[in-house]
Amino acid sequence: MAPQLLVTLVFFIWPAGQAVWQSFLVEDAFGLSTEFVWFENYAQIFTDSRYYHTLWTTIIFSAGVTLMSMGVSLLLAVMADQVVRGAQVYKTLLIWPYAVAPAVAGVLWLFMFHPTVGVLAYMLDTIGIEWNHFLDGDQALLLVIIAAAWKQISYNFLFFLAGLQAIPQSLHEAAAIDGAGPGRRFFTITFPLLSPTTFFLLVVNVVYAFFDTFGIIHAVTKGGPGDSTRTLVYNVFDDGFVGLDLGGSAAQSVVLMVLVGLMTVVQFRFVERKVQY
Amino acid sequence: MIRKAVGLALASALSVQVSAATEIEWWHAMGGSLGEKVNEIAEGFNNSQDAYVVKPVFKGNYTETMTAAVAAFRAHQQPHVVQVFEVGTASMMAAKGAVYPTWKLMADAGVEFDPSDYLSSVTGYYTSNDGKMLSMPFNSSTPVLYYNKDALAKVGAEPPKTWEEIGQVGKKLIDAGYKCGFTTGWQSWVQLENFSARHDLPFATQNNGFGGTDTELVINSPAHVKHIAQLAEWQKSGIFSYGGRRSDSAPKFYSGECAMYMNSSASYSGVKGAVSDFEFGVSQLPYWKSMIDTPKNTIIGGATLWTLNGHDAEDYKGVAQFFSYLSSPEVQADWHQFTGYLPITYAAAELTRKQGFYEQNPGTDVAITQMTSGTPTANSKGLRLGNFVQIRDIINEELENVWSGKATAQDALDRAVERGNTLLRKFERSNG
Repeated sequence: MAPQLLVTLVFFIWPAGQAVWQSFLVEDAFGLSTEFVWFENYAQIFTDSRYYHTLWTTIIFSAGVTLMSMGVSLLLAVMADQVVRGAQVYKTLLIWPYAVAPAVAGVLWLFMFHPTVGVLAYMLDTIGIEWNHFLDGDQALLLVIIAAAWKQISYNFLFFLAGLQAIPQSLHEAAAIDGAGPGRRFFTITFPLLSPTTFFLLVVNVVYAFFDTFGIIHAVTKGGPGDSTRTLVYNVFDDGFVGLDLGGSAAQSVVLMVLVGLMTVVQFRFVERKVQY
Repeated sequence: MIRKAVGLALASALSVQVSAATEIEWWHAMGGSLGEKVNEIAEGFNNSQDAYVVKPVFKGNYTETMTAAVAAFRAHQQPHVVQVFEVGTASMMAAKGAVYPTWKLMADAGVEFDPSDYLSSVTGYYTSNDGKMLSMPFNSSTPVLYYNKDALAKVGAEPPKTWEEIGQVGKKLIDAGYKCGFTTGWQSWVQLENFSARHDLPFATQNNGFGGTDTELVINSPAHVKHIAQLAEWQKSGIFSYGGRRSDSAPKFYSGECAMYMNSSASYSGVKGAVSDFEFGVSQLPYWKSMIDTPKNTIIGGATLWTLNGHDAEDYKGVAQFFSYLSSPEVQADWHQFTGYLPITYAAAELTRKQGFYEQNPGTDVAITQMTSGTPTANSKGLRLGNFVQIRDIINEELENVWSGKATAQDALDRAVERGNTLLRKFERSNG
């Protein structure tokens, strides 16, 4: 058997299979009594109106994180690409946040925006914006989007920078000679030639926002206030590890798995057509 | 020859020592200075005898510790003893095959044990319907009111005893230019669970779940709605200021922003350490004079120690001895005085009083007075609800919708009841 097949089997197929099996069961926390219930856990998910609300929050959250982190890192990469002196230092500093653990990143942002002790909250207060993400759901959502996006900027930056450096300088020069300004050169040359990188990052970032962000949400808002920052993956964590409802949690993670699978298929079929390799 | 004999003797002595000291694992959720105190207690026990070594392991916050223990049990790697918070009680009680009840543990090990030594308002929460103690109380607290003496003096107000007075004092504070009158920690615990107990109102049917798993929440009663609606109104005027779930609101009190703060009596050492700019006082949790003449006792929060099945019988003798050491008046009095948690035995409370601790630290006896005055009723004995961790989160969510003005108190509490009942039915089904 090929080693990669074995890895897939052990680290993906087996746990995924366990999740599917678990999603058909209703169990007490300690696993002392087990009942096979077919699709009841799924039925419960889809009849719960809050689940759709969570789905909607997830869509806003993921779109926000993806747009913000990719936008900012593209901007930074374009600028870093033009830096001549001290480029190494600049790049190193930008890659740093990637080494920060999600929960720590969350706590950092939480401290800066803490309504009582936060520096940024204080500054916002002086310009007349009352910041209290413990109470204001939109502010809370914005805060977790910023924290989650910040965490991913370094990763995107690295790929964008590599992509930019692969674009031949001669193309820019030719366009410049033809009289194209920097803005036009960016949109007609750089951006299209960068599209394979952008597409790859789009897939990675959406998957990141869907799956990898519960640490940040847990550290910053715990899904609140109300359920304004409760995303699908946070719900899986909360029901499974806090509520100890393993069946319901497993069913949700299977739904999430299918959802991300579908999204990736859509991305490859429709978005990829616009990509120029 | 002699050398060899000495060597042999030494070796056998060593091996005896090694095999004799049975290790007992204790998973707990006490971080920071509380964690150090836990280590100190374990060390005290280890030094008091040679047969057993208690090894405390910090496993994160309460939820994480409980989840870790449950996961470990499923993988047959469970510790001997795990600290579980009060809201996990129903889940632990329902796990009959997993838990070694304390009364049985003590009897099997032949260790002297009298449940009536323990505060009844504490053990009531952890006793089965036929009066058997299932877990060993360790750290129990109850909500009290902390107030900023300087701020209250400035506006010429006495420490409020009732909610009516809280409103008046709060208004005075706001009029005098303060940003906030009061804030609260653990809103479900303080403003709904203890609110119910104090006013002798049920929180759920079936005697708050003590009577069976077929229980339903009743926190949308007119009294509950009135209280929450009043808080919402105060949130608008600044008399109340919401500061987050758990104890996230503490900085509001520390910084002097809010002049009053309701939270666990175990926050005492934290408040004492953090407050430096003003004098603070402690008084009993307020009650509505319009709802009850003499308020009932409040109920506890905190955690108990549960023994998990699956180890050698010999190990459990050690656990029993450790529990006995843990409840000795000296250990308990020290723990109580250091942390602000309640002394779990009458003897420890008496010892603390004799040592003059309450006179030197005014306010530290408020919690125990509040807990022990009067006989607990069915409504103030405690709560025993399955999936209660999640139900508290539902209550958190719904209350936050009230504070932010997204929902009325009635709508939010109705929804909390409806959502909470769904979880109670789920629990009833898998544990009934």
